[in-house]
Amino acid sequence: MIGLSHYLVVAAMLFTLGAFGIFMNRKNVIVILMSIELILLAVNINLVAFSTHLGDLTGQVFALLVLTVAAAEAAIGLAILVVYFRNRGTIAVEDINVMKG
Amino acid sequence: MNVVTLFFYLFSGLLIASAVMVVSSRNPVHAVLFLILAFFNAAGLFLLMGAEFLAMILIVVYVGAVAVLFLFVVMMLDVDFAELRQGFLQYLPLGIVISAIFFIEIALVVGTWQLAPEALNMRKAAAAQPIDAMNARALGRVLYTEYVYFFQAAGLILLVAMIGAIVLTLRERVGVKRQDVMAQNARGKATAMAVVSVTPGQGVTTSGVMRRDAAGQDQPGIGG
Repeated sequence: MIGLSHYLVVAAMLFTLGAFGIFMNRKNVIVILMSIELILLAVNINLVAFSTHLGDLTGQVFALLVLTVAAAEAAIGLAILVVYFRNRGTIAVEDINVMKG
Repeated sequence: MNVVTLFFYLFSGLLIASAVMVVSSRNPVHAVLFLILAFFNAAGLFLLMGAEFLAMILIVVYVGAVAVLFLFVVMMLDVDFAELRQGFLQYLPLGIVISAIFFIEIALVVGTWQLAPEALNMRKAAAAQPIDAMNARALGRVLYTEYVYFFQAAGLILLVAMIGAIVLTLRERVGVKRQDVMAQNARGKATAMAVVSVTPGQGVTTSGVMRRDAAGQDQPGIGG
């Protein structure tokens, strides 16, 4: 029987893979953004799993909000990426130091 | 092994496999396509959990909007992705170590956590009974009443994201001929037309029709 912990383990693996992807593709912003999407998806799976396990719809409402934020984040991130590429001709993360942060 | 178990392992196995391909794919277009596959399998997991509305929203929003946006950007940018992959293997040991620590920590939490006894009494929006399995209707009842401010805030976030993306990527090009309606409407008889007097018998000279200026002198006018 598939229980809550099965879903939690899948979400944990997905989260770990997302973090791993950020580490591995340190130069490629596009893959980093995709890894962030994977991490948010893992969070969503966790929320929905707890929601169904506890029989409380609040978790699904929060998953919906996470979905919204993920979509907004992807749109803004890719817009910044396009503008950056237009100005600099590259998207290498290491070159992004114009703000001297 | 019943059907639910079978589908759980199918969906989660494909989900993990495609996530691995997303982070390790050589070609970013393939990475985006594997991301789409991962979203579809996550939607399948949501369906198994009984969150049908979220499953469909996941496909519509993630696959229909976000992944297509990624695909657009990957194909639009003329980037040498092979160059960006340099140092991939250099980071591999560190990445594996840190992800292993991450996973072990999360696994320890998942293995030992317990539900607080009073948690079931603190539920705000107890789900409908499985008999009345209208997930979308139940979610709407909660979303538009209890969490209506969150819903509005989500809409506001999307609005800000939309305006931000447009402002960021809008660029004013120079040297492009555009219709200027204001200038067209502002043109009147005074600026668009000149009344000239042509001397009889002489016609139009090589310099064109002469135009009388304010001082009464002939000036080269139209058609010169």
